[in-house]
Amino acid sequence: MPDLLLELRSEEIPARMQRKAAVDLKKMVTDGLVEAGLTYEAATEYWTPRRLALDVRGLTARSRDVREERKGPSTKAPEQAIQGFLRSAGLSDVSQAKVQSDPKKGDFYVAVIEKPGRVAEEIVAEVVPAAIRAFPWPKSMRWGAASGPKGYSYGGIEGRGAEALRWVRPLQSILCTFGPETEETRVVDFEVDGIRSGNLTWGHRFHAPAAIEVKRFEDYVAKLEAAKVVLDAERRKAIILTEARNQAFASGLELVEDDGLLEEVSGLVEWPVVLLGEFEKEFLDIPAEVIRLTIRANQKCFVARPAGEAEKLANRFVLTANIEAKDGGAEIAYGNGKVVRARLSDAVHFWKTDQADLPDLGRLEAAAQKFGLDLAKPLDQRMARLDHLGVTFHAKLGTQGERVERIARLAEELATVVGADPRLARRAAVLAKADLQTEVVGEFPELQGAMGRKYAALQGEAPAVAAAVEEHYRPQGPSDHVPSEPVSIAVALADKLDTLVGFWAIDEKPTGSKDPYALRRAALGVIRIVVENGVRLGLLRTASAAYRSSLEDLCDDPSYLVSSDGVRASEFWGIFNPDANEFFLSGDLTDETAIWRLEPGGSASGMELVEQFPSPAALGRDLLSFFHDRLKVYLRDKGARHDLIDSVITPEADDLLLVVSRVAALGIFLDGEDGRNLLAGTKRAANILAAEEKKGTRVGDAVDPALLREPTEKALFHAVNQAESEAAQAIALQDFSGAMRALSALREPVDSFFEAVLVNDPDEAVRANRLALLARIRAATGQVADFSKIAG
Amino acid sequence: MSPSRSFQGLILALHNFWAEKGCVILQPYDMEVGAGTFHPATTLRSLGPRPWNVAYVQPSRRPKDGRYGENPNRLQHYYQYQVILKPNPPDIQDLYLQSLRAIGIDPLLHDIRFVEDDWESPTLGAWGLGWECWCDGMEVSQFTYFQQVCGIECAPVSGELTYGLERLAMYVQGVDNVYDLNFNGLEGDRKVTYGDVFLQAEQEYSRHNFEHADTTMLLRHFEDAERECEALLGAGAPRGGGLHRMVLPAYDQCIKASHVFNLLDARGVISVTERQSYILRVRNLARQCGEAFLQTEAGGATAAAA
Repeated sequence: MPDLLLELRSEEIPARMQRKAAVDLKKMVTDGLVEAGLTYEAATEYWTPRRLALDVRGLTARSRDVREERKGPSTKAPEQAIQGFLRSAGLSDVSQAKVQSDPKKGDFYVAVIEKPGRVAEEIVAEVVPAAIRAFPWPKSMRWGAASGPKGYSYGGIEGRGAEALRWVRPLQSILCTFGPETEETRVVDFEVDGIRSGNLTWGHRFHAPAAIEVKRFEDYVAKLEAAKVVLDAERRKAIILTEARNQAFASGLELVEDDGLLEEVSGLVEWPVVLLGEFEKEFLDIPAEVIRLTIRANQKCFVARPAGEAEKLANRFVLTANIEAKDGGAEIAYGNGKVVRARLSDAVHFWKTDQADLPDLGRLEAAAQKFGLDLAKPLDQRMARLDHLGVTFHAKLGTQGERVERIARLAEELATVVGADPRLARRAAVLAKADLQTEVVGEFPELQGAMGRKYAALQGEAPAVAAAVEEHYRPQGPSDHVPSEPVSIAVALADKLDTLVGFWAIDEKPTGSKDPYALRRAALGVIRIVVENGVRLGLLRTASAAYRSSLEDLCDDPSYLVSSDGVRASEFWGIFNPDANEFFLSGDLTDETAIWRLEPGGSASGMELVEQFPSPAALGRDLLSFFHDRLKVYLRDKGARHDLIDSVITPEADDLLLVVSRVAALGIFLDGEDGRNLLAGTKRAANILAAEEKKGTRVGDAVDPALLREPTEKALFHAVNQAESEAAQAIALQDFSGAMRALSALREPVDSFFEAVLVNDPDEAVRANRLALLARIRAATGQVADFSKIAG
Repeated sequence: MSPSRSFQGLILALHNFWAEKGCVILQPYDMEVGAGTFHPATTLRSLGPRPWNVAYVQPSRRPKDGRYGENPNRLQHYYQYQVILKPNPPDIQDLYLQSLRAIGIDPLLHDIRFVEDDWESPTLGAWGLGWECWCDGMEVSQFTYFQQVCGIECAPVSGELTYGLERLAMYVQGVDNVYDLNFNGLEGDRKVTYGDVFLQAEQEYSRHNFEHADTTMLLRHFEDAERECEALLGAGAPRGGGLHRMVLPAYDQCIKASHVFNLLDARGVISVTERQSYILRVRNLARQCGEAFLQTEAGGATAAAA
């Protein structure tokens, strides 16, 4: 069976796009081949900065013949219908159609469409150009003479206007050969925008600029290798990694590995040559992360540590060149070292600037006062400037300064809940965003938090405060570290809850796959902090309180003023009753009233509604149900049964820790025999009840002991009373296993009851009483879970 | 005059190289611009269907980058070497590499790399795809295939090469401080350095840009330039199927507005929110100039066709 080799050679493809492009090429070409009736055994994609290649093995040499019969209209059909049929079947005359008879419908036409199989080369010559034209580059461009307008010609090449080919960078050549393993291959001949396919490629840009003739994949790879091109990206990565490790090791160092950088670097070279470079030891005074990121971001180089060091870096960097330089790479290492030094000088400058006084401290007094900042300290100055500059957090959610005020307030409140010192929590919250104003974070946004912690420690903040400045951003996802120090917990919760409440207030909730403000991650963060630290937190109350205190920031002009004689300000907040044209100040808010923003206007009250916000209670409920959804995902990922989760979550369940411990206790209980049987008994009781309730049968309001006749029903009544009250007591102590234990005492009486007693007694009063007893079983178990939602 | 011995030698070597490749060698545009791209020989000539190959040095002003002559790498006035090849020839990358050889950079000794860098000029309403060209890890040029200029699709696409002359010179001369560059290639008493020529200017202009430029006057100049640009475009607009008659003077005003904006920005009197609106105002002028240019002969229009 023949093989197909395809190479699309272009000017340098951005490193980040290469891998996906090669995969896309494989998919588009193989899909196209299969759709045209060919089959293949295997296909592998390759890429370098200058080429995408595809190796398709065992391609069938031709597609199968296809014969299709298409039923047409009756022979008596109007001429128009017959002509339409002929056109659609590709026949030119009615004589080409067969006539078939049907006993019921009479004679009708049938077109026999025969598509003879085609040779693979013909199909390839269609599929590949189509794939090239429709290629899904994230960004593509036009170039050269072909990009000229139609009707113009440049050096003999016609402009193609809007039809000009688009590619990620100019496409230079196409290699496409086809043929059996043992025989000569042939070029599959086609043309795309003036580029004619052939059997030529070119090697390394500088080492092997001449054309190379290629037959098939095997000699393609070998000849490229000889021309200093390593085709396989994974091999380039392996070469770089091994060489980098070895060279570091030879100098008594250990490479700081970085998969993302390795992937990128392997997309920047066709012939990787690893070299060591050096910078002055003095630069090592700045934090290791800053050095690493500076060298990584600007120079795409690795850094190294002295062997055995955990954090400290060595004054070396590892670069990957694309040539075997005549001088062994001395010039290259020297040149790169110069650039690294210049960049590190900038980094030192940033690091020092961040620890020095800001100019014009006088302007920052007001902000300093508001937050209780000490303007003698650099990080305090940065926070004051963040507030002073009025940097926007979100157009509708006010400034960063306002946000920090809210977070500080909330963190202080939460501190008492999580056992942190409220003063420290407040202090940490006030400094938490200050590093956004530092030069280092301006340069490397990914260092936010980490730099704040360093600067906080340098200015003598309490260790818990410094830690919280960094950790309040955490956890960043399902596998990130969860803060466990109380001050960090308070600030982390405050930060996330403020974000969630704010975006809920302005109705910017995640929808479908869209979650631009990472609110799902924030909610998961709250859940993980609460559950993994065992924090008892009433989310409804916390969220609605946070919302109430953030309302002013949602308003452009929060300085609403109302005097005894009426409205004096252009805008204010209040509860507004449009029917009665009455308004109240936000101080009169109750939990269930919606909130309105008013402006003076033409209505009878002299005010007009501008914006409406949800009531604190409505916002709390909606947000809580979002938390419930995230909690379900979280618990399911942890292996909990989702029916158990559903059975214990009620719309009011706002203490997530309780939900989790209930699910755990219920799971254990239901794994035992008592649990399983009680579940069956309860379900049976509930089913009977539901059926009777549906029929309209009377159910007693309460069990009347006088109407109990059988001993088993008396025993059950007694057991229910006892189990219910014991379970209630246990639940009051959040002892769910105890509650389950109490309920498990019901198992035997319930079983006996169903064995011995017929619920449907002819005496209506007895029946109603028995149904009331069943309702008691449902109610008793309902204290721990809604058993009807549990499977089995 | 060796390109690795003197700043002017470097410029002359590039001039010779690109002149031999058929470029028109122009002199700098006689107005203050932020980059070589603003020269009408790039901005306007990259529009329309007519071929155009040009190379020139353009002094570029970035008022905010002034450092009072104290930073070895940053200048508020520096030189770009700009090449426009329209449409870009298929071997434009090779031509660029040959030009590096011409100034003494051997690609088998130095690591030359094309690293993704998509270029965009919000004020000119222009963007393109291309690379930063690295020499041993240092960005020495910008390489862009213009896709849009003045908000107008480029057809055909121009290839733009921009060499940062000071950086390149520092590299080939092996100098760490820009002010130490040998300017004239002589030694001893007769040697003139970059600092001899420009240090005082950097100090004076930094004072001007950051401290003394009259912002009230500049704001007025911005508005004057904006008004004049539109007035000139209006006055030169085609009449009765003719061509546009006053694009270049109008475009000068667009350049002026852009530079005044940069000065105001350096003086710190433009807030973050205002910034965007100033940029949009300049872009709007650029767009109108570009559209008008397409109605001129150089822009590919003919009187009869219009």
